[in-house]
Amino acid sequence: MTETTHPAPQTLKSDQLFVNLGPQHPSTHGVLRVGLTIEGEIVVKAVPEIGYLHRGTEKLAELRGYHQCVVISDRWDYLSAMNNNLLFCLASEKLMKVEVPERASHLRVIMCELNRIASHLLFFGTFGIDMGAFTAFLHAFRERELVLDLFEMSCGARLTYNYIRLGGVMKDVDDKWLAKTKEFLEFFKARLPEYDDLLSFNPIFLDRTKGVGRISAEQALSWGLSGPMLRASGVSYDARKWEPYCTYGQFAFDVPLGEQGDCWDRYYCRVREMHESVKIVEQAIAKLQPGPVLGKGVAKVPKPVYGEAYAHIEGARGNLGMHLVADGNGAPYRLHLRAPSFINLAMLQEILVGERMSDVIAILGSTDIVLGEVDR
Amino acid sequence: MSIILDNLPGVVGSLPGGSGVIAKADDMINWARKSSLWPMTFGLACCAIEMMGAYASRFDFDRMGVIPRPSPRQADLIIIAGTVVKKMADPIIQVYKQMPEPRFVISYGSCSNCGGPYYDSYSVVKGVDKIIPVDIYVAGCPPRPEALQFGLLQLQKKIEQMQMSRGGGASPQQLKGSRDIGTAV
Repeated sequence: MTETTHPAPQTLKSDQLFVNLGPQHPSTHGVLRVGLTIEGEIVVKAVPEIGYLHRGTEKLAELRGYHQCVVISDRWDYLSAMNNNLLFCLASEKLMKVEVPERASHLRVIMCELNRIASHLLFFGTFGIDMGAFTAFLHAFRERELVLDLFEMSCGARLTYNYIRLGGVMKDVDDKWLAKTKEFLEFFKARLPEYDDLLSFNPIFLDRTKGVGRISAEQALSWGLSGPMLRASGVSYDARKWEPYCTYGQFAFDVPLGEQGDCWDRYYCRVREMHESVKIVEQAIAKLQPGPVLGKGVAKVPKPVYGEAYAHIEGARGNLGMHLVADGNGAPYRLHLRAPSFINLAMLQEILVGERMSDVIAILGSTDIVLGEVDR
Repeated sequence: MSIILDNLPGVVGSLPGGSGVIAKADDMINWARKSSLWPMTFGLACCAIEMMGAYASRFDFDRMGVIPRPSPRQADLIIIAGTVVKKMADPIIQVYKQMPEPRFVISYGSCSNCGGPYYDSYSVVKGVDKIIPVDIYVAGCPPRPEALQFGLLQLQKKIEQMQMSRGGGASPQQLKGSRDIGTAV
């Protein structure tokens, strides 16, 4: 990066100092360690160190059967586990050539979008805490608990769902659930403007985030960013829109874009994505027709398959992809995850340089990484 | 004061010229200790999200005197919420040693209890009790926030039984009923 947003003063010279951030730090969103070299107040070098949550899940998938891998997939990006379930199922369904009934596809969309809302709400709350605004956290968690209640009603779990299965979903939802979801959406739509009043246009928050950690569109593309990180820089790419999977092609929704690519844009992209998710869920509920939720001929223990498959979806953090290789055994031969958090994290070593020490947490928070997905 | 009057089994009375309490030192200290357990904000993996849920609006940990502290130097309690991998084992021991005595450990979730879904992974420590002594185990994957709060209530019961004659709070973990510490991984 040639041009720094806060150039170091020329008159004052100070020694370089190494500052260790993490792995135990309240604002690293997990167990990330960043080695920062600072000169005065300006960061001159930032080295993210990962691996503090490496659980070896890609290797474990080779030991588990296809239906058991769904359980592991819950724990990659534990904030949007439904998206991970969906990704694994899409990849294996491609491999096994399983047809998914339409009702199941709609249910998958509904669950994924509700999960995206829950995930972005957590980002909204924790980013507020990073910026010193604690109240936003309590507001976000109030709504998040309502989404988790819906998940609990449909599959019994609050965080790791295992709801989306090979060939469909685990269980159909009933009218009571649909009524409660509509109730939640009405409640949530009224809350969204409150968020703008509370945090988005708060002058202190704007001061901390506007113009901080700018990423240009070229930089974003060359580092392979995806999701809100990419869209905040003004690049319009959303797998739901450009390469629709499930039944996303049937719904009308916008792709929120930022202009500057700074922390505020990244934040506000996610807030506006929640508006869009509400729209998608409403349309999907309206289109829900009675029918089966599990495809015909889906064996409980899948038959041996051969071949390779690649599937990718728009997760809450970006373009989530999976390459699956099958060699005829009951378990995948190789499973590789294209984890958006991991790729977005790599950007840190470039954008942190030249920023002030106090802005490091703002930039780190705005990348919205999940270490479970970074390390896998 | 009414809480003390209701709860303390020791002799409580007013002294002439002002109010004072006469009670067993153990009772008084344990009551103070258990009522303001300050945990360290230390999330490892999925369970940390449920732990955040326990602190937040609906479950509201503050009402039990639990206020998260960002530094191990200010904390009484460390909640190991998530998978402990081998690379993270050293930092956990380091952070644990930085906490002042008496310190308590809650192992939250299957991963930190025994490895959980990663029981056969090459990189996971099969239970945080292999590296630091644990007071309370909370089961689940991830456990609900209510489970963490129940675990905390159990820890409070445990603290009530601590005696100064057995080490003044800095008693060995074995006396508190924890498993022996094995060698570090």
